[in-house]
Amino acid sequence: MLKYTKDHEWLRVEGDVATVGITPHAQEKLGDMVFVELPRVGARFDQGAVAATVESVKAASDVYAPVGGEVIAVNDKLSAEPGLVNAEPTANGWLFKLKVKDAGEAVTLLDESAYQALIDAQG
Amino acid sequence: MSGPQVTTELRRTPLHDLHLRLGARMVPFAGYAMPLQYAGGIIKEHLHVRAAAGLFDVSHMGQIALRPRSGGVADAARALETLVPGDMVGLRPGRQRYTLFTDEAGGVLDDLMVSHQGDHLMLIVNAARKAFDEAHLRTRLSDACTVAPLADRALIALQGPAAEAALARLSPDVQALRFMDARPVTLAGAACLVTRSGYTGEDGYEISVPASAAVALAGALLRDPAVAPVGLGARDSLRLEAGLCLYGADLDETTTPVAAALEWTVPPVRRAGRPRAGGFLGADPILVELLRGAPRRRVGLRPEGRAPVRADAAVFDSETAATPIGAVTSGGFGPSLDAPIAMGYVGRSAAATGTRLFAEVRGKRLPVTVADLPFVPTRYKR
Repeated sequence: MLKYTKDHEWLRVEGDVATVGITPHAQEKLGDMVFVELPRVGARFDQGAVAATVESVKAASDVYAPVGGEVIAVNDKLSAEPGLVNAEPTANGWLFKLKVKDAGEAVTLLDESAYQALIDAQG
Repeated sequence: MSGPQVTTELRRTPLHDLHLRLGARMVPFAGYAMPLQYAGGIIKEHLHVRAAAGLFDVSHMGQIALRPRSGGVADAARALETLVPGDMVGLRPGRQRYTLFTDEAGGVLDDLMVSHQGDHLMLIVNAARKAFDEAHLRTRLSDACTVAPLADRALIALQGPAAEAALARLSPDVQALRFMDARPVTLAGAACLVTRSGYTGEDGYEISVPASAAVALAGALLRDPAVAPVGLGARDSLRLEAGLCLYGADLDETTTPVAAALEWTVPPVRRAGRPRAGGFLGADPILVELLRGAPRRRVGLRPEGRAPVRADAAVFDSETAATPIGAVTSGGFGPSLDAPIAMGYVGRSAAATGTRLFAEVRGKRLPVTVADLPFVPTRYKR
């Protein structure tokens, strides 16, 4: 079960670890990815802080931490293959994993149908 | 990330519905709804232009007929030479030239193409500048010329190594054109004005076509399997690889032709000591700069890593320097090079090819090297 943010990140929580990426809708809007800047392992972020940057041909976009926590892994494959974010945004195109600080924060995120309603409304 | 777009009051080109049918993502650009990209994406479109041929809708650009009141086109050329540093008097019938509107301070008001159409001159100007340019021409040249925007025409660019074969299927006449030739050609039954030019660094054509015939012409070209529609996204990455300036980014009122490394747009006949020296707005400062150099210069920049360095990034001559020596004006990713590329202005002492500099991106100083332009060799049919 994925959770979503209004800023078009997705979050998959397994135990106290959350995997984060950008949504299929976001990658489609941004277009062909050419560079991904990932946080260093060990970095700590509050919910909503800028944790990564994805760059398409046309623009750089910040990726926010959907929940607060400590980075315990990053997707190293993306340095050679940033296009994975386009091809498999919710699978091999994941960005980083957080050790979640406060499980309650995930409750504030959108579920699938609420996120779908949001992007439908944005056109 | 990307928010909703304001799409009120956007103007549409004659190819608008065709773009939608082709699956374009439309974006606002210079007051028009324009295709950013189609389903394949910017990188595919870019590479397709370098390998085959791309069809671009550039109908948002201004097409202006400058007609001499005297009936003698040389009078229009002489009048236009008061606003541009190029050799307009020497422009022969059926030829086109790139030039610049300059202001009194030597800044650049717009960049444009001028072609000699026999009895008049035709100007192609930037979309965002066309209202300004028309007013500028009327204010300055109305005694000698009439200024008529050609609002009922579309402009289609066909670019890439397969462009000649694709367009020759509609009229073999286009094969005879060389780079910067301009000819009237009938295409798909419509009277078109064709130039062998473009803004991608590739061989190709720009076709001014009556609006009523634009969809039929675009459709006829797109039936060729070598031709794919290409949006503004790839147009930008193609022109950046070709080292070509984007007005409003790499050129504006604060940049002079010399600082922009466009000295070649001021031919010898208009330089100091020659019969037609000066006589254009900003001639005094520009002719002095041609002799002494400008304090800063447009250069190519190659980032050493994979991170794109984009417009407005400050450029420093060391990792620790407090004061920037320049700034990036265009930057992104070059799909043909599979690497980030940029252009910007730097102080003249830092402008030599091979100079190692640093561009600041998200608080980090990334190493970049001054590089020759173009990044990708041009393939014009001269």
